[in-house]
Amino acid sequence: MWRDSVLVAGKDLRIELRSRVVLHQVVPVAVLVLVLFAFALGPDRAPMAHAAPGLFWMAVLFASVLAVQRSFALEAPEGARDGLRLSGLDPAGVFLGKTAAVALEMVLLEVVLTAGIVVLYGSHIRSYGSIVVAGLAGTAGLAAAGTLYGALAAGLRVRETLLPFLFLPVAAPVLLAGTRAWQAALGIGVGSAGDPWVRLLLVFAAVYLALGVVIFGPLQEAS
Amino acid sequence: MSSTDPAVAPWSARATWIVRGLGIAAALALAGTIWLGLWVTPPDQVQHNLVRLVYIHPPIAWVALYLAFGVAAGSSVLWLWPRTRSRFWDRLAVSAVEVGIVFTALTLVTGSIWGRPTWGVWWAWDARLTSTALLLLLLLGYMAVRRVPADPDSRARRSAVVALVAAVDVPIVHFSVDWWHTLHQGATVLNANLSPTIHGSMAWTLLLGFVAFTLLFAWMLAIRYRVEVLSEQLQDSALEVALRERWAEGKGPLTDPGGALA
Repeated sequence: MWRDSVLVAGKDLRIELRSRVVLHQVVPVAVLVLVLFAFALGPDRAPMAHAAPGLFWMAVLFASVLAVQRSFALEAPEGARDGLRLSGLDPAGVFLGKTAAVALEMVLLEVVLTAGIVVLYGSHIRSYGSIVVAGLAGTAGLAAAGTLYGALAAGLRVRETLLPFLFLPVAAPVLLAGTRAWQAALGIGVGSAGDPWVRLLLVFAAVYLALGVVIFGPLQEAS
Repeated sequence: MSSTDPAVAPWSARATWIVRGLGIAAALALAGTIWLGLWVTPPDQVQHNLVRLVYIHPPIAWVALYLAFGVAAGSSVLWLWPRTRSRFWDRLAVSAVEVGIVFTALTLVTGSIWGRPTWGVWWAWDARLTSTALLLLLLLGYMAVRRVPADPDSRARRSAVVALVAAVDVPIVHFSVDWWHTLHQGATVLNANLSPTIHGSMAWTLLLGFVAFTLLFAWMLAIRYRVEVLSEQLQDSALEVALRERWAEGKGPLTDPGGALA
């Protein structure tokens, strides 16, 4: 399972390195979202800095939809999906590999976005440790849940519209907990502790990783 | 087509009578709840006549959040489990989700009607309200997957996965929203009315309300199940009917397709 997941993740990342779709399209879209949010909030810095954690996670959420769509668009042409299925790779490994590739791309995107909120919104990071842990846990959860739904919607004609509709409500706890954890780490809000929220993100990630490992096999048969 | 026609009856004559009895019992229990709730029970000292919503709102929420969702999630798991896989569970799951959508929407509507005079707003970002709204979106997502044309087996597989993932998400959503923001008067209202210090008739009416809406759910579930079976049969026979119509077009008069079919 682990070897297969490394193979699949390597494949997806190599395609990304060569095509640079996430780097040249998804990351700019996420930065654009930050700029547009600033327009929506007005030119004052205070509301922006206050809303920064929530806006960061909103941008991450939208970008993760795009990253997941891209991850499954890779296998759309020339029957690559059937090829992957026939390759004899462990479905759990395929799931973990695709999740890892999406998560890695998202981490890169989050680094850019973090720089974005610091520069554009004037956020001050108080605790680097907790934003890194919260960011990684949230990303793992988003990537796992997104990959599950991506596989579910893959191959359907309505996949572009179906995926956000299914995925975003499920990802709502990540938005909530991620925002709260980051608010604590950026020193916003009245003495809210970030730790329980980080734990919630870890639980979310663990639940969806486990669910994906179990369910990805039967799901692949459906498409 | 009568329901006893063997070609279209998804269940035996005895089951038909049971479902009919269920419907009558639900109607009687609902009528009893309305009578007790509107005429027999006294108004509350604090909430006055608004308190009468307690006889319908919690029972509807119970059906939506526990019964319908529980049946949908349980039957989806039973479908996914290879040993218990049968189309029965798939049909039961879709029936429960669709009836559940009606009850979840009703939960939000009755809660909103209650919230406006007591909280002063139609919508409060209360934990239960928010997680119920998310649940409604998850259920609508299930129906969206259901409507994507596919062969029955992969459609069943896909929707079972959606139901399972949603079922896992609901407790997480609930906990996170609960921590996030809580006005929470719901639980105290319910507990206050169930406590022995209140007027006896109110507790009985609430209990009858729970029975009535549970019966109504069971009846609607059975009817929706039957609709699912019938629509499957219709789909299966659609091609055959179309072929016969096409064949009849060549021979018989076009103005009388019914006669040509017979």
